[in-house]
Amino acid sequence: MQAFLDTLLGDAVGLERQLGYLAGMVVFGAVVVFGFVLPFAGIVTWAERRIWARIQSRVGPNRVGPFGFLQWLADGVKNILKEDIIPTVADRPLFRFAPYVVMVGFIAAFVCIPFSGDLIIADLNIGILYVTAVTSVVVVGILMAGWSSNNRWSLLGGIRAATQIISYEIPASLAIFPAVLLSGTLSMQGIIGEQGAAPWQWHMFHSPFTLLGFGLFFTAALAEGNRTPFDLPEAESELVAGFATEYSGMRSTLFFMAEWGNLYVIGALVTTLYLGGWQVPQFTYNPVLMNLAQMGVFLGKSLACVFFMIWLRATLPRVRVDQLMALCWKYMVPLAMLSVFGTATLMVALPNGSHTLRMATFAVVVGVVIRFAFKVRFHLKRSRALDYSSLSTGASQGLSS
Amino acid sequence: MSVELEIHDSQGLPTEEMTLNMGPQHPSTHGVLRFIVKADGEVMRRAIPDIGYLHRSIEKIAEKVGWHGFMPYTDRVDYVAAMACNQGWAMAAEQLAGIEVPRRGEYCRVIAAELSRICSHLLGVGAMGMDMGAITPFTHALRERDMIMDLLEELCGARLTFNYMRIGGVAWDLPHDFVEKVSHYLDHLEPVIEEFNQLLGYNRIYVKRFADVATVDADMAIAWGLVGPNLRGSGVDFDVRRDLPYSVYEDFDFDVPLGSGEMGSIGDCWDRYIVRMREMVESIRILRQALAGIPEGPVIAKVARNFKPPVGDVHVKIEAPRGEQSWYVSSDGSEYPHRVHIRTGSFTAMGIIDRLSRGLMIADLVAVIASMDIVAPEVDR
Repeated sequence: MQAFLDTLLGDAVGLERQLGYLAGMVVFGAVVVFGFVLPFAGIVTWAERRIWARIQSRVGPNRVGPFGFLQWLADGVKNILKEDIIPTVADRPLFRFAPYVVMVGFIAAFVCIPFSGDLIIADLNIGILYVTAVTSVVVVGILMAGWSSNNRWSLLGGIRAATQIISYEIPASLAIFPAVLLSGTLSMQGIIGEQGAAPWQWHMFHSPFTLLGFGLFFTAALAEGNRTPFDLPEAESELVAGFATEYSGMRSTLFFMAEWGNLYVIGALVTTLYLGGWQVPQFTYNPVLMNLAQMGVFLGKSLACVFFMIWLRATLPRVRVDQLMALCWKYMVPLAMLSVFGTATLMVALPNGSHTLRMATFAVVVGVVIRFAFKVRFHLKRSRALDYSSLSTGASQGLSS
Repeated sequence: MSVELEIHDSQGLPTEEMTLNMGPQHPSTHGVLRFIVKADGEVMRRAIPDIGYLHRSIEKIAEKVGWHGFMPYTDRVDYVAAMACNQGWAMAAEQLAGIEVPRRGEYCRVIAAELSRICSHLLGVGAMGMDMGAITPFTHALRERDMIMDLLEELCGARLTFNYMRIGGVAWDLPHDFVEKVSHYLDHLEPVIEEFNQLLGYNRIYVKRFADVATVDADMAIAWGLVGPNLRGSGVDFDVRRDLPYSVYEDFDFDVPLGSGEMGSIGDCWDRYIVRMREMVESIRILRQALAGIPEGPVIAKVARNFKPPVGDVHVKIEAPRGEQSWYVSSDGSEYPHRVHIRTGSFTAMGIIDRLSRGLMIADLVAVIASMDIVAPEVDR
């Protein structure tokens, strides 16, 4: 960003230059928040519903716009126009304030999330640390919502969210370390800069330890984002709607916007730390083209992660509270430690890294993915072989045609 | 129901028991069940069932609408598996009056009842998945269930409340092509059940949630009067269709699946789940035999429109999807039954929940309700 602004600002100096930087960041930040983050949170709800529908042999939203694409806008308008009900016994100030805290925690993370080599609102030198810090603010908002609703289901949801997010912060932060160790910097662009464009140059494939770190970070991030199989705070079949039970209209929309927007944050963090970020081979010296390509690559990788999370949500059941905690403290924290110390030991033993180890890890992962793809293909083929058209028997078919 | 207000935790600090009101409007209480949950944080001390929100006086209605007129009301006893209730009522009236049902009529009944059983179990296991947070299996189960409903719609014109059976037989003979369509569908369903097990039943998280939760051993199951799949899940080998055969079930060769504690201990939630899955496979076997061996002939015996059975009492047991359904019908020789009582599977399953819930977590209560396959209308009637 700074380099990009330098070209714009030319020879301005001193305060003028600083103000220029600030203005650039504010403008770009506003563009990111209003042009990308908020629509993304909406669009991903549509995408999720369409993908679910596909998995569940349904049609999904298909009425508003082509393929129901504008469904998210229609839902948004509907929610904003709805009455904002505050229970009489609720703690009014807290109740009203809580959704904004959640929103702040989620949007503030975008300050440090890169879009391409030059496009980032602010490339702080403590980037990843900042992101983990601000995303934790979300838990304050959720706890506030749960407490102030004066509803026991909400309270249980809020408490669950607090225990879960705080506990999973530990394996998540530990699992960041391998990538940070390898890069020697906390800055997001710095971490990406240490990786290469080819998949085997990503941090994920550096050694089995970083592969473990990748898996742990992804899982812990799912838990922090309250996604299935860790969606306990709003477990619909248990706690009605968890901390959001008493919320209606726009305030509940804010919660859900934060939740779905968080998908992108998780995807972007995983991409930055382990999946090589925006790295593309240097195919041109035109900075605009280069940035566009990087943006495409980064978005593609992040959206692949988002798709994976939606897929998981459509497939997996939910764990229980004690199982959730056991998973965190008994398995994930020790494994995260192993990942950190393993990476560190390897870096001391082989300061330049081992190309063989890299390629071996890469080959194993590719093998697993290919095997999985074949398995999926096998099941898809078998399910397609079930002939539904010849089974449609009843009068209901006759009525519709 | 005394509420202990002041409890002391392990460090001697005073805490309070939390009373949660679960239902009648709650996503996982399948209808209008209500539980008063006394909880210590996430751990339940008790879950007290509160029934009666769906009471429609069906038994009393029987005394006012007469023998034939009560048939549509039996659909509403358990609207998830209405065929079984139809059959129970028809059999009770026939036994009172000593009516012999034509064999083709009995075969039609078995075919309809077994299709209805598969239908009901599909909804049951689908809901088990959904209560555990897995949304996809539910829609897959409903997809298969919908096709059975299409078949039953061809048979009797209704998709949920069938009103198919009559005193003395069934209302309509099988429609054209029905036998082929059902066998074609059964060929399709069998691999789907296996797939469903792979998707949900053997899923690690699902097993963790269901295995060793709310274990009911055989003695306890008998003592609490559990019936049907819940009883068999505890390893008690009893099935009315085999042990006290009614209709033409003697003609068929089928097994009675039992819970064996594959994933945990005998009688846990997972056993109750797998028993239902395997019962569907057995139903498919019964259906295949029934379709192959269906005789020609009339489907309904001659029954007077002004049906007046002789004075007497009768007690009929049938194996409904939610377990043994007992019909006690008393006739005073008039055109209205003197008294009708229905004892259903969900009712007894509801009774044991208070006992099972002690010390479980709130999330487990959802698992217990789901695994017992409790359907609210059947509890209250």
